[in-house]
Amino acid sequence: MKLGIKSLWLHRLRSTLTALGIIFGVSSVIAMLAIGEGASRTAMEQIARLGSLNIIVKTVQPPEDQQATGQQQSLQEYGLTYKDAERFRNSIPDAEVIVPIRRVAQQAWYRNRKVPIEVIGTVPWHLETSPIRLILGRFLTSADLDYKQDICVIDGGIVERLFALDDPIGQYVKIASDYYTVVGIVSSQPSTAASNQQEKQETDSSKAKAGANAGNIYIPLTTVKNRFGEMSMQISGSTGRKIEKVELQEIIVKVTNVDLVLPTRDILATLLERFHKKNDYQIIVPLELLQQAKRTQRIFSIVLGSIAAISLLVGGIGIMNIMLATVSERTREIGIRRALGARKKDIIFQFLSETLLLTFAGGALGIVLGCTIPFFVTHFGKMPTVITGTSLLLSFGISGAVGIIFGLYPAYRAANMDPIESLRHE
Amino acid sequence: MAQPPDKHPDFTADGAILVFDKLCKNYQLGAFELKVLQEIDLVIRKGDYLAVMGPSGSGKSTLLNIIGCLDRPTSGKYFLGGQDVSLLEDNDLSAIRGRHVGFVFQSFNLISQLNIIENIEIPMFYQGFSEHQSSARAQELAELVGLGDRTRHRPSELSGGQQQRVAIARALANDPLIVLADEPTGNLDSQSGKEILALLDNLCERGKTLIVITHDENIAHHAQRQIRLLDGRIEKEWYNR
Ligand SMILES: Nc1ncnc2c1ncn2[C@@H]1O[C@H](COP(=O)(O)OP(=O)(O)OP(=O)(O)O)[C@@H](O)[C@H]1O
Ligand SMILES: [Mg+2]
Repeated sequence: MKLGIKSLWLHRLRSTLTALGIIFGVSSVIAMLAIGEGASRTAMEQIARLGSLNIIVKTVQPPEDQQATGQQQSLQEYGLTYKDAERFRNSIPDAEVIVPIRRVAQQAWYRNRKVPIEVIGTVPWHLETSPIRLILGRFLTSADLDYKQDICVIDGGIVERLFALDDPIGQYVKIASDYYTVVGIVSSQPSTAASNQQEKQETDSSKAKAGANAGNIYIPLTTVKNRFGEMSMQISGSTGRKIEKVELQEIIVKVTNVDLVLPTRDILATLLERFHKKNDYQIIVPLELLQQAKRTQRIFSIVLGSIAAISLLVGGIGIMNIMLATVSERTREIGIRRALGARKKDIIFQFLSETLLLTFAGGALGIVLGCTIPFFVTHFGKMPTVITGTSLLLSFGISGAVGIIFGLYPAYRAANMDPIESLRHE
Repeated sequence: MAQPPDKHPDFTADGAILVFDKLCKNYQLGAFELKVLQEIDLVIRKGDYLAVMGPSGSGKSTLLNIIGCLDRPTSGKYFLGGQDVSLLEDNDLSAIRGRHVGFVFQSFNLISQLNIIENIEIPMFYQGFSEHQSSARAQELAELVGLGDRTRHRPSELSGGQQQRVAIARALANDPLIVLADEPTGNLDSQSGKEILALLDNLCERGKTLIVITHDENIAHHAQRQIRLLDGRIEKEWYNR
């Protein structure tokens, strides 16, 4: 063992170059796993935020309508309706809550400040289907809904942009031409993959009107229906004007347990199919997305694993090559040791431990390097990375395995040399 | 160690530690069989100092390798310390080499990366001595061969004669039954050669059993007993004095 360290030290450059194969192999394993894990965790978190018990039905513009925008003026009526929400309520007894949502892009005023916002007309149990939390005051109540109260709950983004230092509770916010009393504050909606996509679509079509959204203002659905109606006007291009009539943008159905998600999705699908001739809706099942993401993750892991395996194989072959050279270089030493009483297994142990020393040293350096790469990726690439204990353990195990697999043959060769011939070797 | 299956009759007679019984060694070179040693009978007793002479290619080194269990006879029997060595496996032969045989080579054969103490320790390492025990004994042996003050030096920092003394110390490490030297002075000037011979004489006086191969009549005269090999046979055997 002592001699092993000595001889590795004696051939510093050669040992380092050899170990580089392992260093890069191990560090690439760790870095790739960290990046992969980081990516999949964010994806999963985003999906989980949508709620794994939720089934989200969204209004989408039917494709034939999009083509028909050439006409000068047209009224388009599409999307989810209050009737749909009613039908859902009647045909899905397992639903814990059903949340119909109406979104309107608007501007909110407070004193002389103005910000673009999204009005979300919803129901008191909205919070059960959403990751947002109540921070201050109260959320909407059934009474608000029944009496079509002019009240609103605003989110953190709006507090920041509109109120700055003022306490918003009890203040009035002006949206369109009406004033709403602020009764509560909720956390901002965390951006999700799905909502990002949606935002993008929205900004594409209504950029001029909305601009960058400061946040959401939650208002009772009944109030929204009353104040804003169902019509919205869109100016497309320079020629056409288009009036759309959409009752609800979204209906979220939350079921009581995971096993009900897919059957409920099927019921919703048949229901919608029957009443919507136009293809003007989309069903999103976060649970399914989650499962899909897991499948993708598995494939990703296999691909990364193969790349890592190949790089370690190359590293291992390098080590084997160098150990074979070392063995033939030290033939005479082997002969001397054999003459002085070393058994074959002593020689095997000597060379194997030397190889293992090399690979473990390489593995340790690889782990250090492998942990720094994700740090830089996170810092400069703004990508989340997660180094798991398993990946460290795995790479340590792998470097040991590489050492044994690729060290065994050279060690075996050394042990089986004829001692007399080895002693004669120059 | 396992007891020998049968003892050679000579062991009962006196203090024989090594017995050859019609020992032969052949090398197969293609279809041709090269007979290097032919029916060698030899008995060596404890405390013997034997010089092996003979022209080049007569089989001296081959004989010594077989005695040292580095090589196996083609036929015949070889008993070392009462044990039939010709039947043993590689692992046991290694153990016997480490335990009962001390080698001194013409070209010293020290390991250049190790210092003097570490070189002397090698045979003890393979016999499972503790680091502490072996380094104490190595120091003792280094002093015995007159190199007690050079123990941290590398072999390359020593003269040839000094290196050979280290090799002798190493050969003595496990207090072997027999010390084998193949032309131990072959690579040395006459002065260093004399020192080495004096050291070997000294070992003999202390009761070590020695076998030395040499081409030099003067060296052979140091031994009590000489054999002369010719074409793989003992051509002549006599006692000095
Ligand atoms: N591995 C081998 N294969 C074939 N022939 C061998 C082998 N080893 C030794 N020989 C032959 O055996 C014979 C005896 O060799 P050995 O080395 O014992 O001679 P030696 O008496 O020690 O000679 P020298 O005085 O030159 O050292 C030689 O003819 C040699 O060629
Ligand atoms: Mg010879």
